[in-house]
Amino acid sequence: MRRATTWAAVAVLLAACSPADGPPQATNGVDSEAGDFSAELAANAPASFGFGAYATNARIAMWDIDVKPDGEGLPVGSGSVSEGKRVYEMYCIACHGPTGTEGPNDRLAATDEWEQWPVARGVGNYWPYATTLYDYVRKAMPQNAPGSLSDDQNYAVIAYVLNLNGLLAGDGVLDASSLPAIRMPARDRFVADDRVGGPEIR
Amino acid sequence: MTPKHRPGLSRRAWLTTTSGVIAAGLLKTQADAVKLVAQEAPSSADDPTRVPGRLVSELGSRAPAERPRRLMRNQALSSSSRTPLQDLHGTITPADLHFERHHGGVPNIVAENHELLIHGMVDRPLVFSMADLKRFPQTSRICFVECSGNGGGAYNRERMPTEITPQALDGLLSTSEWTGVMLSTVLREVGVQGGASWLLAEGSDSAVMSRSVPLEKGMDDAMLVYAQNGEAIRPEQGYPLRLLLPGWEGNTQVKWLRRLEVTDRPTMTRDETSRYTDPLQDGTARQFSFVMDAKSVITFPSFPYTLPEAGWWEIKGLAWTGRGRITRVEVSTDSGDSWQDAELQEPVLSKSTVRFRHLWDWDGDKTVILSRATDETGYVQPTVQQLWEARGERTTYHQNHQRAWKIDADGAVTFGLGDLV
Repeated sequence: MRRATTWAAVAVLLAACSPADGPPQATNGVDSEAGDFSAELAANAPASFGFGAYATNARIAMWDIDVKPDGEGLPVGSGSVSEGKRVYEMYCIACHGPTGTEGPNDRLAATDEWEQWPVARGVGNYWPYATTLYDYVRKAMPQNAPGSLSDDQNYAVIAYVLNLNGLLAGDGVLDASSLPAIRMPARDRFVADDRVGGPEIR
Repeated sequence: MTPKHRPGLSRRAWLTTTSGVIAAGLLKTQADAVKLVAQEAPSSADDPTRVPGRLVSELGSRAPAERPRRLMRNQALSSSSRTPLQDLHGTITPADLHFERHHGGVPNIVAENHELLIHGMVDRPLVFSMADLKRFPQTSRICFVECSGNGGGAYNRERMPTEITPQALDGLLSTSEWTGVMLSTVLREVGVQGGASWLLAEGSDSAVMSRSVPLEKGMDDAMLVYAQNGEAIRPEQGYPLRLLLPGWEGNTQVKWLRRLEVTDRPTMTRDETSRYTDPLQDGTARQFSFVMDAKSVITFPSFPYTLPEAGWWEIKGLAWTGRGRITRVEVSTDSGDSWQDAELQEPVLSKSTVRFRHLWDWDGDKTVILSRATDETGYVQPTVQQLWEARGERTTYHQNHQRAWKIDADGAVTFGLGDLV
């Protein structure tokens, strides 16, 4: 909950407009004045146009496949590191290499200190949330057949990737409660954008 | 002599004059050669006034000699192609030359089956067809879209390029007139609930490209667009529907948009955590760095052009900022020792590219030319040293520092930033 509050505050910060006096200040790209561009609806526009069809819960569920950092959206099911190794060797190894470091596509395993960056930027040293793995793998992997793995296979292969990064023991199992509980090393590395325009270079 | 681009003189004409008239010592410059060539009467076979012209057609095409092309990175599913900035004029990018950046290829979508779902913290979750969306009040706006990785090739101290075109360096930038409906109008339809602060935008491509966007932007100048330069959006730009977030990094402007979820927190997708974040020298990484800061690039003269002679040349380029309007572009023709105001071509639109020009009487000596843009917040396009100092050298996005072109005494133009750092 603390985190949700923080990011709500960021959204407000991003939206901050000009102060009461002085020249227009940086607004993080939000156009406070209409100027050359007006988004106003016509004066006779109705309160509601009535366009579009009501989306039932079943309709929403078809596409609502994202996973939030607190685990909201994770499906029922589970997968172990050992099952994940089999999934990985079947579907992932060709692009990510035998230990998740060889490529040719993105490096998955990396535990290097940030001071050595950009030597490697992988799950172990750069991904701040383990839930992002589920969100991304379910949507986009494997690249030649995205979305084709079962919920259990997704849990399993993520368990194996976390194991390759030293973040889950070899007998580890993941499900909807254990995945969000994994503390990622890069968790506190990320800060809000502080560029605001004006003379200072950031 | 190494013939490269020689404006105003075709290769055939040049060869004719070098082998013939110049060899005879009658001509001193290419400009003289141009005048002489122009005096040769065309044969009647080549004279377009002596033959009937081509008839009307259903679809136009470029003149055969005009062959602008995007520059492709590779043939991977997650790849990019770049707009030929040095071949274009004005500010509008022809739709078929708009840059591409896909994370899972270009999906094949049938517009009549495409739907946009809006749900989450709303009073009325709704599904819209394209026909529904086109029935809403329509808005058009000219603005740029730029990939936040644009220009990264000029940030690495050890690998500063020389033989690189504006296209190869900064071609992940295009400008279009976009047409659609204000997102605020559609969000009004679903009824956003109190406490909501973010949107999740998802595409219908094979990567289901996903980005979290502050609701404030969605209620401000965000648009759902279905047309580009007067026609339906090209498949590479999100046909039939994309999110347009004027001034923000390109990947947030999700293409092939199929879902918007109204939430009270960001989703922390792969492309807002492990990608499109900016490691800084203090061991942190900047996240949600949405706005594209002020930038300018000289597109002529640039590599691979050669200035064939000293004299009057017009330095031309593009400037833009995601924070509103460009208020000033300065040009230096003496390696940054002095700066002159360039002319800005009206209209100067908010969050669009503007064309700048500076008339220059080149004395024929070796030099470096640069440009720097200022925006309405008072932000001045930084030097690369300023960015290195502020951020360190680990970032791979938002590299909007000043670009430089080196002009050698023989007129050859190469990327010249390395000579200044």
